[in-house]
Amino acid sequence: MPKEKEVQNLSEVTVRFAGDSGDGMQLTGSQFSDTTALMGNDLSTLPDYPAEIRAPIGTVYGVSGFQLHFSSSDIHTPGDRPDILVAMNPAAIKKNISELKPGAMIIANIDSFDRKNLQLAKYETNPLEDSSLEGYEVYPVPIGSLTAKALQGTSLSPKEVSRCKNFFALGLMYWLFDRQVDQTVSWIQKKFAKKPEFIEANTNALLAGYNYGENTELFNTRYNVEPAKLPKGTYRSISGNEATALGFLAASVKSKLPLFLGSYPITPASEILQYLSNYKNFGVKTLQAEDEIAGITSAIGAAFAGNLAITTTSGPGLALKTEAIGLALMTELPIVIVDVQRGGPSTGLPTKTEQADLLQAVYGRNGEAPVAVLAASTPSDCFNMAIEASRLAIKYMTPVILLTDGYLANGSEPWKIPHANELPDIPVKFRTEKEGFAPYLRDGNLSRPWVKPGTPGLEHRIGGLEKANISGAVSYDPENHNLMINLRAQKVKNMVNDIPDLTVDGDMEGDILVLGWGGTYGAIKEAVIKAREAGYNVSQAHLKYINPLPKNTEYVLKGFKNVLIPEINLGQLSKIIRSEFLIPVKQLNIVRGLPFRVSDIENKIKEVLGGIA
Amino acid sequence: MIDNQPKENSQEKIKYTAKDFTSSQDVRWCPGCGDYSILAQVQRTSPDLGFKKENVVWVSGIGCSSRFPYYMDTYGIHGIHGRAPAIATGVKVNNPNLDVWVATGDGDLLSIGGNHFIHACRRNVDIKILLFNNKIYGLTKGQYSPTSEKGKKTKSTPFGSVDFPFNPLSLALGAEATFVARSLDRDPKHLQAIIKRASEHAGTAFIEIYQNCNIFNDGAFELYTEKDTKPDNVVFLEHGKPMIFGKNQDKGIKLEGLNPKVVDLANGEASVNDLWIHDEFDESPARAFILAQFTENENMPLPVGVFRQIKRSTYDKDFHEQIERIKKVKGEGDLKKLLFAGNMWTVN
Repeated sequence: MPKEKEVQNLSEVTVRFAGDSGDGMQLTGSQFSDTTALMGNDLSTLPDYPAEIRAPIGTVYGVSGFQLHFSSSDIHTPGDRPDILVAMNPAAIKKNISELKPGAMIIANIDSFDRKNLQLAKYETNPLEDSSLEGYEVYPVPIGSLTAKALQGTSLSPKEVSRCKNFFALGLMYWLFDRQVDQTVSWIQKKFAKKPEFIEANTNALLAGYNYGENTELFNTRYNVEPAKLPKGTYRSISGNEATALGFLAASVKSKLPLFLGSYPITPASEILQYLSNYKNFGVKTLQAEDEIAGITSAIGAAFAGNLAITTTSGPGLALKTEAIGLALMTELPIVIVDVQRGGPSTGLPTKTEQADLLQAVYGRNGEAPVAVLAASTPSDCFNMAIEASRLAIKYMTPVILLTDGYLANGSEPWKIPHANELPDIPVKFRTEKEGFAPYLRDGNLSRPWVKPGTPGLEHRIGGLEKANISGAVSYDPENHNLMINLRAQKVKNMVNDIPDLTVDGDMEGDILVLGWGGTYGAIKEAVIKAREAGYNVSQAHLKYINPLPKNTEYVLKGFKNVLIPEINLGQLSKIIRSEFLIPVKQLNIVRGLPFRVSDIENKIKEVLGGIA
Repeated sequence: MIDNQPKENSQEKIKYTAKDFTSSQDVRWCPGCGDYSILAQVQRTSPDLGFKKENVVWVSGIGCSSRFPYYMDTYGIHGIHGRAPAIATGVKVNNPNLDVWVATGDGDLLSIGGNHFIHACRRNVDIKILLFNNKIYGLTKGQYSPTSEKGKKTKSTPFGSVDFPFNPLSLALGAEATFVARSLDRDPKHLQAIIKRASEHAGTAFIEIYQNCNIFNDGAFELYTEKDTKPDNVVFLEHGKPMIFGKNQDKGIKLEGLNPKVVDLANGEASVNDLWIHDEFDESPARAFILAQFTENENMPLPVGVFRQIKRSTYDKDFHEQIERIKKVKGEGDLKKLLFAGNMWTVN
């Protein structure tokens, strides 16, 4: 009989699963996340994988990781440094060791620490045997051979058996954190419904891992993380890309406009196309276009035909869509362009996150081409901002760019599911009345009438050449051009009355305001909390509307001696804020292709305040 | 949520005239430009095409030809360079009731817009593409185009171009276009007939129209349009008929294996029975391709007419049928159900 194991309570834990791209780490991580969410913890995840689908086995650059931070209280980031690393091979240790917390627990699959894998990971000696992991709590577990043992007698090939070892690791982690296996068992049953031998093998591997924890002498302690006290409601775990897709679908339902997406696959935005392609029973129309330009121009055609028209992409694709955004602006048609920002420039770091497309979004077009720019702040916020982007595009008959990023897109968090009837309707008016019609008439928002082709008597032409205001005839008149340039700019400016004010978390004036935008919300929030705990008086504000900026922005900023702007770029929002308000700002810019570490921001806050609490 | 009624049979047919399709904008092409004729033939034909004016959308890119939509009193989008087929695809897919036409040029469609063109063809979107081929860049004032012949001297090729040109019909056939035709700006009747044929076709219909640019490439097609040279240099394709041409209808085209050959019908070299019988509906594109390649062979006349027309389901129709099928299988979408899905938990 194994002796009774001690249970230790923890308030929060950061776990990283790491292994070969083919080891199923993303699957393992997301299963652990789903189960953890069901157990009521607050959580935040960070998948981190190479751009290569199957990078050479055993190498450091082939390592795929999935980090998960879960807690019994409110949390906002996937965690700076893992407390636990599950390493399926030597390369996983090599790649991650410098990121771990001092004294972190390492669960290593010793079966893969053979000469070949050590060499591939560029280890001269076995780190499990030399002193290089001193200071860490290392648990060598023969995950590969124990999985094989558990699956003895199966009809699966040795290779297939080996592929079940991630479930063994998952089972062990479920035991370690006292999670139930049920959710994963039913997932396996669904996933492999047509392959009963896989159901059996994966389930057995999972249970073997769990039982191993229970019976081995290696682990004497289990950990318990109590459920978090989240606001009342029904929750699900959601990633940014799924939330974006659902947001547009909700906007389609709320505007009663059919949804059209023209898109070309690009990492990390492709999932939005994939999700929306699944919602055909909502009448969602998705066109996988021949290129980025056809993605947006087909959307322009769709907007002309009277649809809620969107296109989704990442940085390089936004560059390609540039000219067409100008066309949408000039023809005054509503479209939403989603840019899931990734590491740039050029092809850059396709699977990593960055915030370096902000200036491209705000300014990156020929001519005076102002476009509304919105940015989501958390994975679930992508849902709200997709609705907002749609609402503004329709109301002001103009293109709107929605910025998310790779971290928001792939990361997930618990989402309090809104009731469809809580979401406001998006009013839409199509002009059908012949009397007094002209294609560039202006309403109170300076928007022109939206007319569906097929409407008798309202035949008209629009296009990229400058148009005479009201009549819409091609016009080279200098005064008219000046007028139209200003009208198009004014439309975007007018939105300022239609968007929420910038809110401040903390005092309205003081020594420091940390101003952020987009996906850094969580890291900034946690850094501000930590700095306050250390005795500093810090306020936080986060921009979700960047063009136009909320109308109280200047007022808010002027309340503080210091404005610190952390961004995963070289200071793009800082440039905008300085040029708009002539306010000096302090920058924090770290561009690693990864989210900020909370400690980076916390240290910078302290530095700005001179280290004095 | 989608506009997907079958095409309306316009029972209460409105009698249109060419004037109904003429917008109030002044036409601003150079005097003598072949574009005037194409516009006139489209406007003359439009009343007979059987569709309601409000359902017509003209889409264009950039270039002289792309001003076309401004002159048609229908719905229209003057787009950006090369993108007309993609914009048109967006319009048609989102409202299959519309009759969507593209006016484009050789630079617009075959250079900057080549990608959209071939993909519109392969998808078989129900749009009609009129290529105004003048073998030159007109609006940018006289550079060679992707259809200019090798060696062509232009402002940007003062010593002659070293590029091989595209053969637009070969390209369309290679891209699986289901309707491929050629006509001439200077043959109004023929052009009108081909426009009608294109409009009746379900799927991407491609017409290459030889169009004279009298400023930068004047006379490029003289051989095929002038009275004295046209009969000996142009063969009119007619389905089910032998290919005969010549001033005295005394020349024919014979197909020997894969090799076309001009034969003399007057001197007893060959009889009508030996000639190639044109089959527009041939499932294989091989013969149409041989016809398209006549322009690469100086011994062969220029074929005009419908090279190929085959039946294939259209993208826009399949697109909506799939949506309707999924709706039947899964049931009409319910937002609440979609939001409240997956692994949920409740906090009380």
